[in-house]
Amino acid sequence: MSTPVHAPNPQLAVIPPEAAAKASLLRRVLRNPLALGSLLFLAVIIVSAVAAPLLAPHNPNTADISAVLSSPDSGHLLGTDGAGRDVLSRLLFGAQFSLAGALLALVTSIVIGVTGGLLAGYYGKWIDTASTWVISMLMALPAIIVLLAARAVVGPSLWASMLIFGVMLSPAFFRLVYASVSAVRNELYVDAARVSGLSDTRIIGIHILTVVRAPIVVQSAIVGGVALAVQSGLEFLGLGDINVPTWGQMLSDGFTNLYTAPLLIIWPALAIGLTLISLTLLANSLRDELERSNAPRRRRRKQPAEQPAVVGEEVMRHDDGGLAGEAVLRIENLSVGYETGDGGTKRVVHDVSLTVARGEVHGLVGESGSGKTQTAWSALRLLPEGGRITGGSIFFHGDDLAALNEKDMEKIRGSRIAYIPQEPMSNLDPSFTIGSQLVEPMRICLRMSKKEATTRALALLARVGIPNPERTFAAYPHQVSGGMAQRVLIAGAISCNPDLLIADEPTTALDVTVQAEVLDLLRDLQSEFRMAVILVTHNFGVVADLCDRVSVMRLGRIVETGPTRSIFAYPRHPYTRELLGAILGETSPRGPLATFDAGPSASPSRKGALR
Amino acid sequence: MNQPLLDIQNVTVEYPAKGFRAKPFRALSNVSLDVRAGECVGLVGESGSGKTTLGRAVLGLAPVTEGKVLFRGQDIAHAGRSERRELATDIQVVFQDPYTSLNPSRTVEQILAEPLTVRKVPRSESSKRIKALFEMVRLPADSGNRLPREFSGGQRQRIAIARALALKPELIVCDEPVSALDLSTQARVLELFKDIQEQTHVAYLFVSHDLEVVRHISHRVAVMYRGDIVEFGDGDQVTSAPRHPYTQRLFFAAPVADPEAQAQRREERHRLLAEQTA
Amino acid sequence: MLTFIGRRLLTGVALLAAITTFGFTLLYLGGGDIARKILGENADQQTVALKAQELGLDRPVLVQYGDWISHAVRGDLGTSWFSGQPVLDAISSRLSVTLSLVTGAIILIAVISVVLGVLAATKRGWVDRFAQLLAIVGHAIPGFLFAVGLVLVFALTLGWFDPTGYVPFLTSPTGWAKTVTLPVIALALGGIASVTQQVRGSVIDALRNDYVRTLRSRGIPARRVVLKHVLRNAAGPALAVLAVYFVGLLGGAVIVEQVFAIPGLGQVAVQATTQGDIPLVMGLLVATGILVIIFNLLVDLAQGWLNPKVRLS
Repeated sequence: MSTPVHAPNPQLAVIPPEAAAKASLLRRVLRNPLALGSLLFLAVIIVSAVAAPLLAPHNPNTADISAVLSSPDSGHLLGTDGAGRDVLSRLLFGAQFSLAGALLALVTSIVIGVTGGLLAGYYGKWIDTASTWVISMLMALPAIIVLLAARAVVGPSLWASMLIFGVMLSPAFFRLVYASVSAVRNELYVDAARVSGLSDTRIIGIHILTVVRAPIVVQSAIVGGVALAVQSGLEFLGLGDINVPTWGQMLSDGFTNLYTAPLLIIWPALAIGLTLISLTLLANSLRDELERSNAPRRRRRKQPAEQPAVVGEEVMRHDDGGLAGEAVLRIENLSVGYETGDGGTKRVVHDVSLTVARGEVHGLVGESGSGKTQTAWSALRLLPEGGRITGGSIFFHGDDLAALNEKDMEKIRGSRIAYIPQEPMSNLDPSFTIGSQLVEPMRICLRMSKKEATTRALALLARVGIPNPERTFAAYPHQVSGGMAQRVLIAGAISCNPDLLIADEPTTALDVTVQAEVLDLLRDLQSEFRMAVILVTHNFGVVADLCDRVSVMRLGRIVETGPTRSIFAYPRHPYTRELLGAILGETSPRGPLATFDAGPSASPSRKGALR
Repeated sequence: MNQPLLDIQNVTVEYPAKGFRAKPFRALSNVSLDVRAGECVGLVGESGSGKTTLGRAVLGLAPVTEGKVLFRGQDIAHAGRSERRELATDIQVVFQDPYTSLNPSRTVEQILAEPLTVRKVPRSESSKRIKALFEMVRLPADSGNRLPREFSGGQRQRIAIARALALKPELIVCDEPVSALDLSTQARVLELFKDIQEQTHVAYLFVSHDLEVVRHISHRVAVMYRGDIVEFGDGDQVTSAPRHPYTQRLFFAAPVADPEAQAQRREERHRLLAEQTA
Repeated sequence: MLTFIGRRLLTGVALLAAITTFGFTLLYLGGGDIARKILGENADQQTVALKAQELGLDRPVLVQYGDWISHAVRGDLGTSWFSGQPVLDAISSRLSVTLSLVTGAIILIAVISVVLGVLAATKRGWVDRFAQLLAIVGHAIPGFLFAVGLVLVFALTLGWFDPTGYVPFLTSPTGWAKTVTLPVIALALGGIASVTQQVRGSVIDALRNDYVRTLRSRGIPARRVVLKHVLRNAAGPALAVLAVYFVGLLGGAVIVEQVFAIPGLGQVAVQATTQGDIPLVMGLLVATGILVIIFNLLVDLAQGWLNPKVRLS
């Protein structure tokens, strides 16, 4: 065999680069008006905090006994407070001290949390155990109580309390960094970097810090807000240093004079509230952007690929004697689309038609993104969020499922159309026993009593070849192997005597020897219950083993359809031929190495250039 | 000159179990295997058989508790960090999942330059080397400043192969390098592996669960079952006329893409199982 | 299961020991001349020395700590230096007040968050936008600021509730409700915001699980799948957030009590720390520590009940 002769090779066409791929996070966030507004507000606050000595008309601490609680006038633009101090000046200096205090707490927590998280996450072992202990202790302490206790020791100091609070806040960063580092540490690309000879510091610098950088920025906005809130709370309690003007103190003063001068409380409340809201909005939009840009990192297997609108070419149909029995399912010109973010629809299945007769296994075969799974889910009317049938009909015993309401569809699912998924483990609810997951549908679909359903479930488990049905019935999904779990799912699918079985890659996740057993089981059950079966697979061996008919799908369309033997013997569509040509089974083995010791003698000179 | 390039002798790998007084988990017990220079040795087995662990033990990513891993006669089973760094020019890796084996935030050029920069290869030489690598793995010459996510699965695997080849190693451990790929892509990447071996005489330790893939690429094949090698020999013999009962079961379990041949194989498989249980 | 609880309790005790050791060292090392503080600036040197001797402050810190511990494990937390009242009495008389606030807030958080979070995740649309807005507001506005707003609007302007004070439930249930409602709401807002957000997120995650499709393919109605399967799997992460928030709730109660002039632990805490009443401060640390440990134990038990993997391993 050689590489298929099709030119140009479709796999070598580079996918166009995503526009957003390299634009900086900040630039993207600025496109969001809420985030931009928050950022502008914060900038104003910071500038006025820094320039407070220049802007403030009065000394914030100079009390004018003659002008206590005076209303706004030209001398005092926002009036004076309960001690006759200028409110505007205090607001400006308050910004300076409140923000500086919050910043101190933030920096302290970042330094402790990030270093601790990096060390514990990357090196693990005793550093991990020790720091996890310290962190859980810190998290079990109510911050306010600790700050109050600290005040008993060091007296009322804004800086001391913010330093201590910074330590109390460090778990926020520790946990974030720790989680990302332990996740990244096991990524294959870090293994690859180790094998490439990179040192630990280089790996942390290149591969690990880049991953946690952006989340740290988001967390900083949140933690900064928490620090400001708690600081204001403490000062509000009257526990602050009276010589350091802060917003919290102004709030406290306003609260004392709530009845006489209700305006006094408005200014600091607005300053604190708006700053905190801005920080939260900023953090939220940063996080949203981050999630968006990280989303396509890992390909989700079932994510439908965009299908170019190829002009519909004729489906190559192999002639045969027609259907062997009555048609159970008849799909006509089915189209499936997904909503895109901008209100459009992305089509993933185009104009698909197929018929499955009673007692017949119809294979849907194709590569990833060919639309075979989407077609199968459409027949169950269980497309993922955003997906819908955009055209065509799905006739099941004469009823058009595409037009049925959800309530009627619920009556058909399980009792008349059943489904076997691909991944055995993720398709069982981990929180319930296997037995209860088998009994529940039977009680709904077959209206059985709990006892009847249990008896039947045990019989089914025995039927699908589970050695100890009682034990498996009582077990939780994580206690059984993948092969056993797949048998359980098969038992569940046939539990309500369906007419049509939709099996989506039912053996792909299994080992070869287990796959062979499960294929045997499916064949036996299919002939025993005379079900119609749609079998979605990418494996031609499975098709050859089980299917009576097969439809080859490519880019959301069926390109060729007919009896299995005929397709294997006389493939007509070039794509079918390419797929069959890529199968390794027919090729001859490579044989032993011809020249036994060509390598070692050649190697020193070959490698010399790089050393 | 008959010394093998890689000689694994009676290697046992045990992972310490979590929890107090728990028994360690034994992933490999007393495994021996050798790879000659320029040769491809296939390592086939099902999940949990220990095949991936053996590959990782060679790379220093799994703890070898007993036995030796000789590379050109030198035991590297317990190589320290600096010794491992030296070995990077000799032993390289291609992993299974092309989606997680490339750092998503680094460009292809940065990824390929990484091992070269560590070796202090001058910039001009390293960019020349990267160009040559693109040609070798048949990637477009302008792939350098793109991110991995802009490439398809098959192309990413080519990038991973290029990274492994960057330092002109003598041995590449390939851990299921084609099992995440579509059928037609798989065939092309396998051809690439073969071509590169013929050009550069690099040796492969090729780990796969698929007997047919292994048969296609390997000179010799080892079959693993429950942490042990049960059969090791000439690729043709092991993959077409297996002797060990487990290899036989494996062989007959894989369905053939031909309805008639498959029906026949199914019957043979049932007969074999009946014989083996009898 | 019993070993699971046992191990949790043991961790709790170790944690408590660590907290008290830490607190004791800091308080006693940093406290300065405590006897002088108690007696005031005008006391003469001899009286101060006598007072220090009476309180045992002249002994090495380790001895003092050992003394404190040996009494503490017997349930004797000493007496307040300023009022002479036993610490245990001072705390337990106020505990029920704070606990009724905190319990009320927890219940409010749990109920609203589950309902709102599930609706936001399944219905999306305006419910979802409302939940998002609530999350931002609740996260950004500190509880005490919100409390001030509530007092202004509902107590002072509308007169529906009492602005300050506390009436025990047994004295007058309506009076209790009138005094407790606003503080509980103020206390719960932040928790509602973050727990709703978590419930919404974990319900959305749980809905994406493969088994949801499989269960629905068996003919189980979507609503039942959400209420029985999705909710149970989403509950774990939400409970974890609630556990973390409980600690914040205790701190928040201190401030909210101050706003509403409620005679709870918060008042004791503020008073004790301004005076430097170290036995009382230590008592408070122990009390809050025990509360946190008990609540975490309850959450762990709930997690074990929800998640068979935790329970069976």
